[in-house]
Amino acid sequence: MSGWRVQIATGSGTPIYRQIVEQVRLAAATGALVAGQGVPSVRSLAEQLLINANTVAKAYGELVRDGVLESRQSLGYFVAEKRQVFSRGERLRRLRQAVDDFVQEAIFLDFTADEIQRAVEKSLTALEWCEKATEAGQ
Amino acid sequence: MISSDEVDVASLPDPGQSVIRAHALTRYFGNKCAVNGVSFSVPRGSVCAFIGRNGAGKSTTIRMLLGLLAPTRGRSMILGHDSLELPPETRARIGYMAEGHPVYPWMRVSQYGTFQKGFYRRWNQGMFSSIIDYFAIAPRTKAGELSHGQRAGLHLAMTLASEPELLVLDEPDTGLDPAARRSLLEAMIHFTRNRERTILFSTHLLDDVERMADHVMVLDYSVLRVACSVDLFRDHVRRVLAQFSGPPPRELPDIRGLLRATAGENDLTLIVANYSGHTERLLESVGAQTVVEQPLSLEDALVAYIGRHGKKDLFSAGRVES
Repeated sequence: MSGWRVQIATGSGTPIYRQIVEQVRLAAATGALVAGQGVPSVRSLAEQLLINANTVAKAYGELVRDGVLESRQSLGYFVAEKRQVFSRGERLRRLRQAVDDFVQEAIFLDFTADEIQRAVEKSLTALEWCEKATEAGQ
Repeated sequence: MISSDEVDVASLPDPGQSVIRAHALTRYFGNKCAVNGVSFSVPRGSVCAFIGRNGAGKSTTIRMLLGLLAPTRGRSMILGHDSLELPPETRARIGYMAEGHPVYPWMRVSQYGTFQKGFYRRWNQGMFSSIIDYFAIAPRTKAGELSHGQRAGLHLAMTLASEPELLVLDEPDTGLDPAARRSLLEAMIHFTRNRERTILFSTHLLDDVERMADHVMVLDYSVLRVACSVDLFRDHVRRVLAQFSGPPPRELPDIRGLLRATAGENDLTLIVANYSGHTERLLESVGAQTVVEQPLSLEDALVAYIGRHGKKDLFSAGRVES
């Protein structure tokens, strides 16, 4: 297992199970976790993060449903091969929704189109090294 | 199920999955009502957090559930028996940690193990010793010399060594240092490895509620205001920001489920239970130009229920804190 770890914060507007889902999803998308790699068991992640095991089970359940993780009987959970569980139409619909939400929030915060574009580019650049690491690893 | 005023949890059908059921549990001390018509159930296998301000009636409720105190009215069942007629063998299946972790100061920790063992048919000495060790306690220490955290550890060891299936912990985490608190949470997580086991714990640490609980109950001024799963609770309690073109109104229409309203210069932040489009329309009717939902932490949602400093009338009158 790589140095990658889930980290959670209490007192956040994002429930703990959602924090786990988002971090695993991002790690799998950027290559910090690679296909076939194991993730901690429900029990061990619960004990490591000091949280109710049902919370981890719920997060893993959602990640399996979305095709990010797969459960191998009695072996535990592993990062799944990247596959699209959604059609291209559905992916586009979800992308538009995500972009709309993001743009509305950014405009609500009084940013200009230029500033918003720069912020997006910066965020994409930050992810790039992970992408490169993935390519190198494959 | 957010408010016990709206849904009587005890009246809901129970497929035999509850380890605790309370119905209209009420207790007076003289003229003072400590617990007022409290009804709820605790599902088997859940970790249920019980919160409320000091004096809200949590300990009184717990003592009634365990049959240590008779209710003035109402009744409760625990592990299928009336709390007041609990057979000893059923009582032995319940692990209870009282508030404050009282000890006999002259007794040594190891003697506690031997002493306590005599009361239980089942006693896991290995469990007792490992928890004592976990809390960094030397077995020869006299209980009177233990730190507060170590006293909690001793109580936890005695409670868990009897291998209960139901743990009832009254403020187990109050006053613990970070290391002892971590050991407590680890012990709670370890206990629930068996999915049939249930924990009911009262606490003031909302951080621990978020980490451990899948169910939550809020007792406020002797009345149970919340009894449901944490997911349902988070789903039902929302925070919205209403923006106005000038200062927000001082008086609000009667918004059902309004828990807290805080005024800013040109806006109002509301925390509302059972939020719906109806709330949004009401806000627009008093001049809100935009109504935007904001993320709300579990802690803030819970504090909205318990942190009202007795200003009940302020809310029913629909007035706003500024």
